[in-house]
Amino acid sequence: MTLAKSPWIIHVNVNSCNGCDIEVVACLTPLYDAERFGVLNIGTPKQADIMVVTGSVNYKNVNVLKNLYNQVPDPKVVLAVGACASTGGIFHDCYNVIGGVDQVIPVDAYVPGCCPRPEAILDGVVAALSILENKKKGNVKGKEVKMKGNEVPSNA
Amino acid sequence: MNSFDILKIVLVLIGAPILGCLIAGIDRKLTARLQGRVGPPLLQPYYDVVKLFKKDNMIVHPAQNFYVVIYVVFVILSLLMLVFGMDMLMIIFVYTISSVALIVGGMSTGSPYARVGSSREIMAILSYEPILILYALAIYLLTGTFKLSALSTLSSPLLAYIPLIFISMLFVMNIKFKKSPFDYSTSHHAHQELVKGMLTEYSGPGLGGIEIGHFYEYVFLLGLMFMFWSSNIIIGLLLAVIAFLFVIIMDNITARVYWQWMLKVSWSILLIISIANILIVYYFYFKPA
Ligand code: SF4
Repeated sequence: MTLAKSPWIIHVNVNSCNGCDIEVVACLTPLYDAERFGVLNIGTPKQADIMVVTGSVNYKNVNVLKNLYNQVPDPKVVLAVGACASTGGIFHDCYNVIGGVDQVIPVDAYVPGCCPRPEAILDGVVAALSILENKKKGNVKGKEVKMKGNEVPSNA
Repeated sequence: MNSFDILKIVLVLIGAPILGCLIAGIDRKLTARLQGRVGPPLLQPYYDVVKLFKKDNMIVHPAQNFYVVIYVVFVILSLLMLVFGMDMLMIIFVYTISSVALIVGGMSTGSPYARVGSSREIMAILSYEPILILYALAIYLLTGTFKLSALSTLSSPLLAYIPLIFISMLFVMNIKFKKSPFDYSTSHHAHQELVKGMLTEYSGPGLGGIEIGHFYEYVFLLGLMFMFWSSNIIIGLLLAVIAFLFVIIMDNITARVYWQWMLKVSWSILLIISIANILIVYYFYFKPA
């Protein structure tokens, strides 16, 4: 039960327009106060439980994202916040964009919206908590995501 | 060592982390209230520690978590020595080893953030250690021995003799609790510039161990404040509470400063008023044996 009581979050911005980031930070303000659920915005992936990703992935930062994902110790949950992180959003057909976060790393929960309201993000975090507990119970480990170079794949 | 002493040890080993956990919880709750938030539940630090022990153990090299063990063991040792009223100078030495263990641990991981945090922590030690030594020196001048148990032979409480060192010790508390404006070696709030400072590369059980060490450390530090009025338990506890509230309020009304600033404050103002206090004690109360 305690896993769900103290979710520490690492916020990763991959190519986000900053709209989602501002809403994520708004969750920590006195009005929404995510800390009442025990949420802490932690700086290092090694101490995080929930990875909050905003923005669509591009070729420049795909390896950064994979690297950060690999460094979060199990059990871990990935939360894709915003239309961009879920599907690629408004940037989906840009020449440099790979697409949603789930194209690169396994995503457990999506928060739709452009940008999503802080209430929706908090709902997403709360939804991620039960997934976190289930992963611990089922002893589900995140697979290590292999890193490739920055090269553009042939299907892009 | 009689059975009463063993009971005391067990009580410290079990009671101190519970007390420290509550202190940390009250700290977070009060901070949230001062910022107009509801804040986490009171037992949040306990939930955090239990969670950390359930996480995977991700380490850079095997020796890393050994430093955590050194840290915790020596903090507990210094707390026990304080409870038994042993040699103040020795307590400071043992306590310093615990701080150094974390620094070496941070340095050994090779992360640049951990190194920056560790070197800043060295600066912190540099700025508070002289005041601690003067505290011990004052005890020696007053009682003729460094033993804390000799404090009961004094006619009035320690605070009456060394009020200026008490003021300096309040700032030492601020540095050792790693609270703003001195929270630059490791802190939850500095992650944009420092990630997690000294503790960047710790995760899971290792970090949980450090948190437990912090619980013991909080009790030890407030115990140092308690010693200023150890003859009366109620007033002694009141002094500890005052020190704790001072730390939290300072944390909330100040911003993080440069380490140079802290060094200047502690080596000029704090050290000078402490030395002035020592001189007063030397001229008026010191009785050469
Ligand atoms: S979902 Fe909208 S607000 Fe969020 S990063 Fe994409 S474009 Fe910006």
